[in-house]
Amino acid sequence: MSLDEATVRKVAKLARIAMSDEEITPLIGELNGIIDWIEQLQEVDIEGVEAMTSSVDVALPMRADTLTHDETGGGKPDQIVANAPKTEDHFFIVPKVVE
Amino acid sequence: MTDLTSLKLAALRDGLAKKEFTAAEATDAYLERAEASGLLNAYVRLTADKARECAKASDERISKGEAGPLEGVPLGIKDLFCTEGTPTNASSKILEGFTPTYESTVSGNLKRDGAVFLGKLNLDEFAMGSSNETSAHGPVINPWRREGEDTKLSPGGSSGGSAAAVSARLCAAATATDTGGSIRQPAALTGTVGIKPTYGRCSRFGIVAFASSLDQAGPIARDVRDASIMLTSMASYDPKDSTSIDRPVPDYEKALEGGVKGLKIGIPKEYRLDGMPSEIDALWQKGAELLKEQGAEIVEVSLPLTKYALPVYYIVAPAEASSNLARYDGIRYGQRVHDDDINELYAKTRGEGFGAEVKRRLMIGTYVLSAGYYDAYYLRAQRVRKKIAMELAEAFEKVDLLLTPSSPSSAFGLGEKSSDPIEMYLNDVFTVTANLAGVPGVSVPAGVDSQGLPLGLQLVAPAFGEEVMLRGAAALEEAIGFDAQPTEWWRG
Repeated sequence: MSLDEATVRKVAKLARIAMSDEEITPLIGELNGIIDWIEQLQEVDIEGVEAMTSSVDVALPMRADTLTHDETGGGKPDQIVANAPKTEDHFFIVPKVVE
Repeated sequence: MTDLTSLKLAALRDGLAKKEFTAAEATDAYLERAEASGLLNAYVRLTADKARECAKASDERISKGEAGPLEGVPLGIKDLFCTEGTPTNASSKILEGFTPTYESTVSGNLKRDGAVFLGKLNLDEFAMGSSNETSAHGPVINPWRREGEDTKLSPGGSSGGSAAAVSARLCAAATATDTGGSIRQPAALTGTVGIKPTYGRCSRFGIVAFASSLDQAGPIARDVRDASIMLTSMASYDPKDSTSIDRPVPDYEKALEGGVKGLKIGIPKEYRLDGMPSEIDALWQKGAELLKEQGAEIVEVSLPLTKYALPVYYIVAPAEASSNLARYDGIRYGQRVHDDDINELYAKTRGEGFGAEVKRRLMIGTYVLSAGYYDAYYLRAQRVRKKIAMELAEAFEKVDLLLTPSSPSSAFGLGEKSSDPIEMYLNDVFTVTANLAGVPGVSVPAGVDSQGLPLGLQLVAPAFGEEVMLRGAAALEEAIGFDAQPTEWWRG
Protein backbone atom coordinates (compact mmCIF):
# COMPACT_ATOMS: atom_id res chain seq x y z
CA MET A 1 0.00 0.00 0.00
CA SER A 2 1.48 3.35 -0.81
CA LEU A 3 0.44 6.82 0.20
CA ASP A 4 0.25 9.36 -2.58
CA GLU A 5 0.31 13.10 -2.13
CA ALA A 6 -3.48 13.40 -2.06
CA THR A 7 -3.72 10.82 0.74
CA VAL A 8 -1.03 12.57 2.78
CA ARG A 9 -2.90 15.87 2.40
CA LYS A 10 -6.15 14.17 3.42
CA VAL A 11 -4.52 12.66 6.53
CA ALA A 12 -3.06 16.08 7.44
CA LYS A 13 -6.57 17.49 7.19
CA LEU A 14 -7.99 14.72 9.39
CA ALA A 15 -5.21 15.35 11.91
CA ARG A 16 -5.97 19.10 11.81
CA ILE A 17 -2.38 20.03 11.03
CA ALA A 18 -1.75 22.83 8.54
CA MET A 19 1.31 21.94 6.46
CA SER A 20 3.16 23.77 3.73
CA ASP A 21 4.13 22.10 0.46
CA GLU A 22 7.73 22.06 1.74
CA GLU A 23 6.56 19.93 4.65
CA ILE A 24 4.27 17.63 2.67
CA THR A 25 6.83 16.57 0.05
CA PRO A 26 9.41 14.91 2.34
CA LEU A 27 6.60 13.42 4.46
CA ILE A 28 5.32 11.39 1.51
CA GLY A 29 8.58 9.43 1.35
CA GLU A 30 8.99 9.16 5.12
CA LEU A 31 5.45 7.96 5.75
CA ASN A 32 5.70 5.40 2.96
CA GLY A 33 8.97 4.14 4.44
CA ILE A 34 7.37 3.71 7.85
CA ILE A 35 4.18 2.12 6.49
CA ASP A 36 6.23 -0.33 4.36
CA TRP A 37 8.22 -1.29 7.45
CA ILE A 38 5.03 -1.79 9.47
CA GLU A 39 3.64 -4.03 6.69
CA GLN A 40 5.71 -6.97 8.01
CA LEU A 41 3.00 -7.47 10.63
CA GLN A 42 0.83 -8.91 7.86
CA GLU A 43 2.94 -12.11 8.00
CA VAL A 44 2.05 -12.89 11.64
CA ASP A 45 -0.67 -15.49 12.15
CA ILE A 46 -3.20 -13.86 14.47
CA GLU A 47 -6.00 -16.36 13.98
CA GLY A 48 -7.96 -16.74 17.22
CA VAL A 49 -5.95 -14.07 19.09
CA GLU A 50 -7.89 -11.28 20.74
CA ALA A 51 -6.72 -7.68 20.54
CA MET A 52 -4.81 -6.52 23.60
CA THR A 53 -6.89 -3.80 25.18
CA SER A 54 -5.20 -3.50 28.56
CA SER A 55 -1.54 -3.61 29.54
CA VAL A 56 -2.22 -5.35 32.82
CA ASP A 57 -4.78 -7.96 33.64
CA VAL A 58 -7.23 -5.94 35.73
CA ALA A 59 -10.80 -4.77 35.42
CA LEU A 60 -11.42 -1.05 35.48
CA PRO A 61 -12.33 0.06 39.00
CA MET A 62 -15.81 1.28 39.88
CA ARG A 63 -16.58 4.08 42.30
CA ALA A 64 -19.70 5.37 43.94
CA ASP A 65 -21.63 7.73 41.66
CA THR A 66 -21.28 10.70 43.96
CA LEU A 67 -19.58 14.07 43.65
CA THR A 68 -16.16 13.90 45.28
CA HIS A 69 -14.83 17.43 45.24
CA ASP A 70 -11.16 16.54 45.15
CA GLU A 71 -11.43 14.00 42.37
CA THR A 72 -13.71 15.89 40.05
CA GLY A 73 -12.22 19.30 40.66
CA GLY A 74 -15.50 21.14 40.91
CA GLY A 75 -15.57 24.78 41.93
CA LYS A 76 -12.28 25.78 40.33
CA PRO A 77 -13.22 27.98 37.37
CA ASP A 78 -10.17 30.24 37.83
CA GLN A 79 -7.85 27.25 37.54
CA ILE A 80 -9.72 25.76 34.60
CA VAL A 81 -9.29 28.86 32.44
CA ALA A 82 -5.92 29.94 33.88
CA ASN A 83 -3.94 28.74 30.85
CA ALA A 84 -6.39 29.54 28.08
CA PRO A 85 -5.15 31.89 25.33
CA LYS A 86 -8.39 33.92 25.42
CA THR A 87 -11.08 34.02 28.11
CA GLU A 88 -13.82 36.25 29.46
CA ASP A 89 -15.69 35.72 32.75
CA HIS A 90 -14.58 32.07 32.99
CA PHE A 91 -15.56 31.37 29.37
CA PHE A 92 -13.19 30.23 26.63
CA ILE A 93 -13.36 32.67 23.72
CA VAL A 94 -13.45 31.05 20.27
CA PRO A 95 -14.26 32.35 16.78
CA LYS A 96 -17.91 32.31 15.77
CA VAL A 97 -18.84 28.70 14.90
CA VAL A 98 -22.58 29.08 14.12
CA GLU A 99 -23.74 31.30 11.29
CA MET B 1 33.73 19.84 53.48
CA THR B 2 33.23 17.11 50.88
CA ASP B 3 31.48 18.05 47.67
CA LEU B 4 27.92 17.10 48.57
CA THR B 5 27.07 16.39 44.94
CA SER B 6 29.58 13.52 44.97
CA LEU B 7 27.41 11.65 47.48
CA LYS B 8 24.93 9.21 46.06
CA LEU B 9 21.28 9.72 47.00
CA ALA B 10 21.35 7.08 49.78
CA ALA B 11 24.44 8.62 51.43
CA LEU B 12 23.05 12.14 51.02
CA ARG B 13 19.76 11.08 52.60
CA ASP B 14 21.54 9.43 55.52
CA GLY B 15 23.87 12.41 56.05
CA LEU B 16 20.92 14.81 56.03
CA ALA B 17 19.06 12.70 58.57
CA LYS B 18 22.14 12.66 60.83
CA LYS B 19 22.49 16.45 60.41
CA GLU B 20 26.05 16.11 59.07
CA PHE B 21 25.10 18.87 56.63
CA THR B 22 21.92 20.73 55.75
CA ALA B 23 19.45 20.48 52.91
CA ALA B 24 20.24 24.13 52.17
CA GLU B 25 23.93 23.24 51.67
CA ALA B 26 23.11 20.25 49.48
CA THR B 27 20.69 22.31 47.39
CA ASP B 28 23.21 25.14 46.94
CA ALA B 29 25.89 22.66 45.87
CA TYR B 30 23.60 21.18 43.21
CA LEU B 31 22.33 24.56 42.04
CA GLU B 32 25.90 25.77 41.59
CA ARG B 33 26.67 22.82 39.30
CA ALA B 34 23.34 23.03 37.49
CA GLU B 35 23.80 26.77 36.86
CA ALA B 36 27.21 26.05 35.31
CA SER B 37 25.86 23.28 33.05
CA GLY B 38 24.39 25.35 30.22
CA LEU B 39 26.49 23.56 27.61
CA LEU B 40 24.71 20.30 28.41
CA ASN B 41 21.24 21.88 27.98
CA ALA B 42 19.86 19.34 30.47
CA TYR B 43 17.72 21.81 32.44
CA VAL B 44 15.13 23.84 30.59
CA ARG B 45 14.19 25.68 33.79
CA LEU B 46 15.94 26.00 37.13
CA THR B 47 13.70 26.95 40.03
CA ALA B 48 16.47 28.07 42.38
CA ASP B 49 14.35 30.28 44.66
CA LYS B 50 11.69 27.63 45.16
CA ALA B 51 14.38 24.99 45.72
CA ARG B 52 16.07 27.09 48.42
CA GLU B 53 12.71 27.68 50.15
CA CYS B 54 11.94 23.96 50.08
CA ALA B 55 15.40 23.12 51.40
CA LYS B 56 14.91 25.54 54.28
CA ALA B 57 11.56 23.92 55.09
CA SER B 58 13.25 20.50 54.93
CA ASP B 59 15.92 21.60 57.39
CA GLU B 60 13.18 22.76 59.77
CA ARG B 61 11.39 19.42 59.50
CA ILE B 62 14.66 17.55 60.07
CA SER B 63 15.38 19.59 63.20
CA LYS B 64 11.85 18.92 64.49
CA GLY B 65 12.22 15.20 63.87
CA GLU B 66 9.51 15.25 61.17
CA ALA B 67 11.68 14.29 58.19
CA GLY B 68 10.21 12.31 55.28
CA PRO B 69 12.09 9.47 53.54
CA LEU B 70 13.59 11.86 50.94
CA GLU B 71 13.82 14.92 53.19
CA GLY B 72 16.04 17.58 51.64
CA VAL B 73 17.19 15.46 48.67
CA PRO B 74 17.58 17.68 45.54
CA LEU B 75 15.97 16.15 42.43
CA GLY B 76 15.48 17.02 38.78
CA ILE B 77 12.01 16.61 37.25
CA LYS B 78 11.46 15.68 33.61
CA ASP B 79 9.42 18.48 32.03
CA LEU B 80 6.64 16.03 31.22
CA PHE B 81 5.46 15.98 34.87
CA CYS B 82 3.03 18.79 35.70
CA THR B 83 4.36 20.82 38.60
CA GLU B 84 1.95 23.22 40.25
CA GLY B 85 2.97 26.83 39.65
CA THR B 86 6.07 25.88 37.63
CA PRO B 87 5.79 25.95 33.81
CA THR B 88 5.62 22.55 32.13
CA ASN B 89 6.07 22.49 28.36
CA ALA B 90 6.93 18.88 27.38
CA SER B 91 9.65 20.50 25.20
CA SER B 92 6.93 21.58 22.78
CA LYS B 93 6.28 25.02 21.38
CA ILE B 94 2.54 24.36 21.60
CA LEU B 95 2.72 24.27 25.42
CA GLU B 96 4.76 27.46 25.72
CA GLY B 97 3.47 29.49 28.64
CA PHE B 98 1.57 26.58 30.20
CA THR B 99 1.75 26.63 34.00
CA PRO B 100 -0.11 23.73 35.61
CA THR B 101 -2.55 24.53 38.39
CA TYR B 102 -2.08 21.03 39.80
CA GLU B 103 0.73 18.61 40.64
CA SER B 104 1.31 15.22 39.02
CA THR B 105 0.82 12.39 41.47
CA VAL B 106 4.40 11.14 41.06
CA SER B 107 6.02 14.53 41.71
CA GLY B 108 3.48 15.11 44.51
CA ASN B 109 4.58 11.83 46.14
CA LEU B 110 8.21 12.96 46.00
CA LYS B 111 7.29 16.33 47.56
CA ARG B 112 5.28 14.56 50.26
CA ASP B 113 8.44 12.60 51.10
CA GLY B 114 10.46 15.81 51.46
CA ALA B 115 12.31 16.03 48.13
CA VAL B 116 13.55 19.41 46.85
CA PHE B 117 12.97 20.13 43.14
CA LEU B 118 15.85 21.95 41.47
CA GLY B 119 14.12 22.46 38.14
CA LYS B 120 12.68 20.90 35.01
CA LEU B 121 14.64 18.69 32.65
CA ASN B 122 14.78 18.66 28.87
CA LEU B 123 13.26 15.84 26.80
CA ASP B 124 12.22 14.99 23.26
CA GLU B 125 9.05 16.87 22.29
CA PHE B 126 6.14 15.09 24.04
CA ALA B 127 8.67 12.30 24.79
CA MET B 128 8.68 11.33 21.10
CA GLY B 129 12.28 10.54 20.23
CA SER B 130 15.33 8.50 21.15
CA SER B 131 18.02 11.20 21.01
CA ASN B 132 16.53 14.32 22.61
CA GLU B 133 16.95 16.02 19.23
CA THR B 134 13.22 16.65 18.76
CA SER B 135 13.07 19.04 21.75
CA ALA B 136 11.91 22.59 21.03
CA HIS B 137 14.68 23.65 23.44
CA GLY B 138 17.37 21.98 21.33
CA PRO B 139 19.15 18.71 22.10
CA VAL B 140 20.69 17.73 25.42
CA ILE B 141 24.42 16.99 25.13
CA ASN B 142 25.71 13.79 26.71
CA PRO B 143 28.34 14.53 29.38
CA TRP B 144 30.21 11.49 28.04
CA ARG B 145 32.57 11.96 25.10
CA ARG B 146 34.51 9.53 22.97
CA GLU B 147 38.10 9.28 24.16
CA GLY B 148 40.21 11.99 22.55
CA GLU B 149 37.25 13.55 20.70
CA ASP B 150 34.98 16.49 21.31
CA THR B 151 32.11 15.34 19.07
CA LYS B 152 28.78 16.23 20.65
CA LEU B 153 26.98 13.01 21.54
CA SER B 154 23.31 12.41 22.25
CA PRO B 155 22.35 11.22 25.75
CA GLY B 156 19.53 9.20 24.17
CA GLY B 157 15.89 9.97 24.71
CA SER B 158 13.32 10.78 25.43
CA SER B 159 14.52 11.25 29.04
CA GLY B 160 17.83 12.69 27.80
CA GLY B 161 17.80 15.62 30.21
CA SER B 162 17.15 13.32 33.17
CA ALA B 163 19.94 10.92 32.19
CA ALA B 164 22.49 13.66 31.43
CA ALA B 165 21.67 15.51 34.66
CA VAL B 166 22.11 12.40 36.79
CA SER B 167 25.29 11.42 34.96
CA ALA B 168 26.83 14.91 35.35
CA ARG B 169 25.68 15.15 39.00
CA LEU B 170 23.32 18.06 38.37
CA CYS B 171 20.79 16.43 40.72
CA ALA B 172 20.82 13.49 43.16
CA ALA B 173 18.34 11.61 40.93
CA ALA B 174 15.64 12.45 38.41
CA THR B 175 12.15 11.47 37.37
CA ALA B 176 11.70 10.09 33.86
CA THR B 177 9.08 8.33 31.73
CA ASP B 178 9.30 5.33 29.42
CA THR B 179 6.89 4.60 26.56
CA GLY B 180 9.18 2.44 24.40
CA GLY B 181 12.56 2.70 26.14
CA SER B 182 12.77 6.36 27.13
CA ILE B 183 14.15 5.62 30.60
CA ARG B 184 16.34 2.59 29.91
CA GLN B 185 18.02 3.66 26.64
CA PRO B 186 19.23 7.08 27.93
CA ALA B 187 20.30 5.42 31.21
CA ALA B 188 22.39 2.97 29.17
CA LEU B 189 23.93 5.76 27.08
CA THR B 190 24.96 7.79 30.14
CA GLY B 191 26.18 5.12 32.56
CA THR B 192 23.20 5.51 34.90
CA VAL B 193 20.48 3.20 36.24
CA GLY B 194 16.93 3.52 34.91
CA ILE B 195 13.82 1.62 36.01
CA LYS B 196 10.65 1.26 33.97
CA PRO B 197 8.17 -0.19 36.46
CA THR B 198 5.18 -2.43 35.77
CA TYR B 199 2.40 -0.59 33.94
CA GLY B 200 0.12 0.83 36.63
CA ARG B 201 2.76 0.92 39.39
CA CYS B 202 3.21 4.70 39.14
CA SER B 203 0.23 6.95 38.51
CA ARG B 204 0.02 8.68 35.13
CA PHE B 205 -2.08 11.52 36.59
CA GLY B 206 -0.52 14.85 35.68
CA ILE B 207 2.04 13.41 33.28
CA VAL B 208 1.61 14.89 29.79
CA ALA B 209 0.19 11.91 27.88
CA PHE B 210 1.93 10.35 24.87
CA ALA B 211 0.66 6.76 24.46
CA SER B 212 -1.49 5.95 27.46
CA SER B 213 -1.35 2.15 27.32
CA LEU B 214 2.48 2.26 27.27
CA ASP B 215 3.52 5.35 29.29
CA GLN B 216 5.02 4.64 32.68
CA ALA B 217 7.00 6.86 35.05
CA GLY B 218 10.21 5.71 36.70
CA PRO B 219 13.51 6.99 38.09
CA ILE B 220 16.97 7.55 36.65
CA ALA B 221 19.66 7.45 39.35
CA ARG B 222 23.35 6.76 39.93
CA ASP B 223 22.97 3.21 41.16
CA VAL B 224 20.40 0.50 41.79
CA ARG B 225 19.93 1.45 45.44
CA ASP B 226 19.26 5.10 44.62
CA ALA B 227 16.82 4.13 41.87
CA SER B 228 15.02 1.77 44.26
CA ILE B 229 14.68 4.52 46.89
CA MET B 230 13.20 6.81 44.24
CA LEU B 231 10.75 4.17 43.01
CA THR B 232 9.50 3.51 46.54
CA SER B 233 8.43 7.15 46.79
CA MET B 234 7.19 7.54 43.19
CA ALA B 235 4.96 4.44 43.14
CA SER B 236 1.44 4.53 44.56
CA TYR B 237 -2.14 3.56 43.95
CA ASP B 238 -4.00 6.60 42.67
CA PRO B 239 -7.78 6.78 42.16
CA LYS B 240 -7.14 9.63 39.69
CA ASP B 241 -5.58 7.14 37.23
CA SER B 242 -8.01 4.35 36.43
CA THR B 243 -5.14 2.13 35.24
CA SER B 244 -3.22 2.55 38.49
CA ILE B 245 -2.99 -0.72 40.41
CA ASP B 246 -4.32 -1.00 43.97
CA ARG B 247 -1.51 -2.97 45.52
CA PRO B 248 0.81 -2.12 48.43
CA VAL B 249 4.13 -0.50 47.50
CA PRO B 250 7.04 -2.46 48.95
CA ASP B 251 10.20 -0.78 50.26
CA TYR B 252 12.30 -1.58 47.19
CA GLU B 253 15.56 -0.70 48.95
CA LYS B 254 14.94 -3.60 51.31
CA ALA B 255 14.56 -5.96 48.35
CA LEU B 256 18.15 -5.52 47.19
CA GLU B 257 19.83 -8.03 49.49
CA GLY B 258 19.96 -11.74 48.82
CA GLY B 259 21.68 -12.05 45.48
CA VAL B 260 20.68 -14.22 42.54
CA LYS B 261 21.41 -17.68 43.93
CA GLY B 262 18.82 -20.09 42.62
CA LEU B 263 17.28 -17.62 40.18
CA LYS B 264 16.73 -18.75 36.59
CA ILE B 265 17.80 -16.06 34.15
CA GLY B 266 16.78 -16.31 30.52
CA ILE B 267 18.88 -15.20 27.56
CA PRO B 268 16.53 -14.57 24.62
CA LYS B 269 18.41 -15.75 21.57
CA GLU B 270 16.46 -13.51 19.17
CA TYR B 271 18.02 -10.45 20.85
CA ARG B 272 21.32 -11.31 19.16
CA LEU B 273 20.94 -8.96 16.20
CA ASP B 274 22.81 -8.99 12.91
CA GLY B 275 25.27 -6.14 12.79
CA MET B 276 25.20 -5.52 16.53
CA PRO B 277 28.61 -4.34 17.79
CA SER B 278 30.58 -7.35 19.09
CA GLU B 279 31.41 -5.39 22.24
CA ILE B 280 27.73 -5.39 23.22
CA ASP B 281 27.49 -9.12 22.64
CA ALA B 282 30.65 -9.65 24.72
CA LEU B 283 29.32 -7.54 27.61
CA TRP B 284 26.06 -9.42 27.48
CA GLN B 285 27.86 -12.77 27.76
CA LYS B 286 30.03 -11.42 30.54
CA GLY B 287 26.92 -10.27 32.42
CA ALA B 288 25.44 -13.76 32.12
CA GLU B 289 28.68 -15.35 33.36
CA LEU B 290 28.87 -13.00 36.34
CA LEU B 291 25.31 -13.90 37.34
CA LYS B 292 26.12 -17.59 36.89
CA GLU B 293 29.18 -17.29 39.15
CA GLN B 294 26.86 -15.96 41.84
CA GLY B 295 24.63 -18.98 41.63
CA ALA B 296 22.04 -18.05 39.00
CA GLU B 297 21.07 -20.60 36.39
CA ILE B 298 21.42 -19.25 32.86
CA VAL B 299 18.83 -20.60 30.43
CA GLU B 300 18.49 -19.83 26.74
CA VAL B 301 14.94 -18.88 25.82
CA SER B 302 13.31 -18.19 22.49
CA LEU B 303 11.07 -15.20 21.76
CA PRO B 304 10.52 -15.52 18.00
CA LEU B 305 8.05 -12.61 17.83
CA THR B 306 10.67 -10.13 19.07
CA LYS B 307 11.20 -8.60 15.64
CA TYR B 308 7.55 -7.58 15.42
CA ALA B 309 7.59 -5.59 18.66
CA LEU B 310 8.86 -2.35 17.11
CA PRO B 311 6.44 -2.34 14.14
CA VAL B 312 3.57 -2.99 16.61
CA TYR B 313 4.82 -0.12 18.73
CA TYR B 314 4.95 2.23 15.74
CA ILE B 315 1.27 1.60 15.11
CA VAL B 316 -0.05 1.55 18.68
CA ALA B 317 1.98 4.49 20.05
CA PRO B 318 1.24 6.94 17.20
CA ALA B 319 -2.42 5.88 17.20
CA GLU B 320 -2.76 6.64 20.90
CA ALA B 321 -0.72 9.83 20.47
CA SER B 322 -2.96 11.09 17.67
CA SER B 323 -5.90 10.72 20.01
CA ASN B 324 -4.15 12.14 23.11
CA LEU B 325 -2.68 15.14 21.31
CA ALA B 326 -6.05 16.11 19.83
CA ARG B 327 -6.41 18.21 23.00
CA TYR B 328 -3.87 20.75 21.71
CA ASP B 329 -6.29 22.87 19.75
CA GLY B 330 -5.42 26.35 20.94
CA ILE B 331 -8.63 26.76 22.94
CA ARG B 332 -8.07 25.68 26.53
CA TYR B 333 -4.31 26.00 26.99
CA GLY B 334 -1.04 26.55 25.19
CA GLN B 335 -0.37 28.55 22.06
CA ARG B 336 -3.05 29.72 19.64
CA VAL B 337 -2.65 30.91 16.06
CA HIS B 338 -5.74 32.96 15.37
CA ASP B 339 -8.05 32.52 12.40
CA ASP B 340 -11.66 33.59 12.02
CA ASP B 341 -12.52 30.06 10.96
CA ILE B 342 -12.35 27.61 13.87
CA ASN B 343 -11.09 24.69 11.78
CA GLU B 344 -8.33 26.86 10.34
CA LEU B 345 -7.51 28.02 13.87
CA TYR B 346 -7.02 24.40 14.98
CA ALA B 347 -4.93 23.47 11.95
CA LYS B 348 -2.71 26.56 12.07
CA THR B 349 -2.21 26.26 15.83
CA ARG B 350 -1.13 22.63 15.47
CA GLY B 351 0.88 23.25 12.31
CA GLU B 352 2.96 25.91 14.05
CA GLY B 353 3.03 24.37 17.51
CA PHE B 354 4.18 20.82 16.76
CA GLY B 355 7.66 19.86 15.61
CA ALA B 356 8.48 17.56 12.69
CA GLU B 357 8.70 14.25 14.58
CA VAL B 358 5.46 14.86 16.47
CA LYS B 359 3.71 15.71 13.19
CA ARG B 360 5.10 12.56 11.57
CA ARG B 361 3.75 10.39 14.38
CA LEU B 362 0.37 12.13 14.47
CA MET B 363 0.10 11.55 10.71
CA ILE B 364 0.93 7.83 11.11
CA GLY B 365 -1.52 7.54 13.98
CA THR B 366 -4.29 9.32 12.12
CA TYR B 367 -3.67 7.16 9.05
CA VAL B 368 -3.73 3.78 10.86
CA LEU B 369 -6.93 4.74 12.66
CA SER B 370 -8.68 6.11 9.58
CA ALA B 371 -11.65 4.45 7.91
CA GLY B 372 -10.63 1.39 5.89
CA TYR B 373 -7.26 0.93 7.61
CA TYR B 374 -8.26 0.47 11.24
CA ASP B 375 -8.58 -3.33 11.00
CA ALA B 376 -5.54 -3.85 8.79
CA TYR B 377 -3.20 -1.79 10.96
CA TYR B 378 -4.42 -0.89 14.42
CA LEU B 379 -6.50 -3.95 15.23
CA ARG B 380 -3.90 -6.29 13.75
CA ALA B 381 -1.15 -4.57 15.76
CA GLN B 382 -3.14 -4.98 18.99
CA ARG B 383 -3.56 -8.70 18.20
CA VAL B 384 0.15 -9.17 17.48
CA ARG B 385 0.81 -7.25 20.70
CA LYS B 386 -1.30 -9.78 22.59
CA LYS B 387 0.72 -12.62 21.03
CA ILE B 388 3.98 -10.94 22.05
CA ALA B 389 2.70 -10.55 25.62
CA MET B 390 1.62 -14.21 25.69
CA GLU B 391 4.99 -15.35 24.37
CA LEU B 392 6.74 -13.35 27.09
CA ALA B 393 4.41 -14.74 29.78
CA GLU B 394 5.27 -18.25 28.59
CA ALA B 395 8.98 -17.49 28.88
CA PHE B 396 8.41 -16.30 32.45
CA GLU B 397 6.94 -19.68 33.31
CA LYS B 398 10.45 -21.07 32.79
CA VAL B 399 12.65 -18.22 34.03
CA ASP B 400 12.52 -15.54 36.75
CA LEU B 401 14.21 -12.78 34.76
CA LEU B 402 15.50 -12.03 31.28
CA LEU B 403 18.95 -10.54 30.65
CA THR B 404 19.39 -8.51 27.45
CA PRO B 405 21.43 -5.55 26.21
CA SER B 406 19.71 -2.19 26.87
CA SER B 407 20.47 -0.53 23.54
CA PRO B 408 21.93 -1.61 20.19
CA SER B 409 24.76 0.94 20.34
CA SER B 410 26.59 3.29 22.69
CA ALA B 411 25.96 7.05 22.53
CA PHE B 412 25.85 8.38 18.96
CA GLY B 413 26.62 11.80 17.56
CA LEU B 414 23.96 14.45 17.12
CA GLY B 415 22.49 14.18 13.63
CA GLU B 416 23.95 10.70 13.04
CA LYS B 417 20.60 8.95 13.15
CA SER B 418 18.09 11.74 12.78
CA SER B 419 17.89 11.69 8.99
CA ASP B 420 16.22 8.26 8.90
CA PRO B 421 13.18 7.85 11.21
CA ILE B 422 13.34 4.05 11.16
CA GLU B 423 17.02 3.93 12.08
CA MET B 424 16.20 6.15 15.05
CA TYR B 425 13.26 3.93 16.01
CA LEU B 426 15.57 0.87 16.14
CA ASN B 427 17.17 2.31 19.30
CA ASP B 428 14.27 0.83 21.24
CA VAL B 429 14.59 -2.69 19.82
CA PHE B 430 15.53 -4.25 23.20
CA THR B 431 13.29 -2.17 25.42
CA VAL B 432 9.96 -1.88 23.63
CA THR B 433 8.67 -5.41 24.36
CA ALA B 434 8.44 -4.61 28.09
CA ASN B 435 6.18 -1.63 27.31
CA LEU B 436 3.92 -3.64 25.00
CA ALA B 437 3.53 -6.36 27.64
CA GLY B 438 3.34 -3.95 30.61
CA VAL B 439 6.20 -5.64 32.49
CA PRO B 440 9.11 -3.96 34.34
CA GLY B 441 12.66 -3.52 33.08
CA VAL B 442 15.84 -1.97 34.49
CA SER B 443 19.02 -0.85 32.77
CA VAL B 444 22.31 -1.18 34.68
CA PRO B 445 25.69 0.17 33.49
CA ALA B 446 27.72 -2.80 32.26
CA GLY B 447 31.01 -1.32 31.12
CA VAL B 448 32.50 0.96 28.49
CA ASP B 449 33.19 0.28 24.82
CA SER B 450 36.50 0.77 23.01
CA GLN B 451 35.78 4.51 22.74
CA GLY B 452 35.22 4.82 26.46
CA LEU B 453 31.43 5.17 26.22
CA PRO B 454 29.07 3.42 28.64
CA LEU B 455 26.89 0.45 27.68
CA GLY B 456 24.00 -1.02 29.64
CA LEU B 457 22.43 -4.39 30.33
CA GLN B 458 18.73 -4.81 30.94
CA LEU B 459 16.89 -7.13 33.30
CA VAL B 460 13.20 -7.74 32.57
CA ALA B 461 10.75 -9.31 35.05
CA PRO B 462 7.12 -10.44 34.96
CA ALA B 463 4.46 -7.90 36.06
CA PHE B 464 5.10 -6.70 39.63
CA GLY B 465 8.39 -8.58 39.72
CA GLU B 466 10.28 -5.38 40.62
CA GLU B 467 11.71 -6.79 43.85
CA VAL B 468 13.33 -9.82 42.24
CA MET B 469 14.39 -7.68 39.27
CA LEU B 470 16.09 -5.10 41.49
CA ARG B 471 17.75 -7.84 43.54
CA GLY B 472 19.18 -9.18 40.28
CA ALA B 473 20.18 -5.68 39.19
CA ALA B 474 21.98 -5.06 42.51
CA ALA B 475 23.87 -8.35 42.14
CA LEU B 476 24.81 -7.56 38.54
CA GLU B 477 25.92 -4.04 39.48
CA GLU B 478 28.10 -5.31 42.31
CA ALA B 479 29.71 -8.00 40.15
CA ILE B 480 30.44 -5.56 37.32
CA GLY B 481 31.79 -2.82 39.59
CA PHE B 482 31.22 -0.05 37.03
CA ASP B 483 32.96 3.10 38.26
CA ALA B 484 33.73 5.11 35.12
CA GLN B 485 32.79 8.81 35.20
CA PRO B 486 32.49 11.35 32.44
CA THR B 487 34.95 14.24 32.45
CA GLU B 488 33.74 17.72 33.34
CA TRP B 489 34.58 19.42 30.03
CA TRP B 490 31.27 21.25 30.19
CA ARG B 491 32.32 23.28 33.24
CA GLY B 492 34.37 25.40 30.86
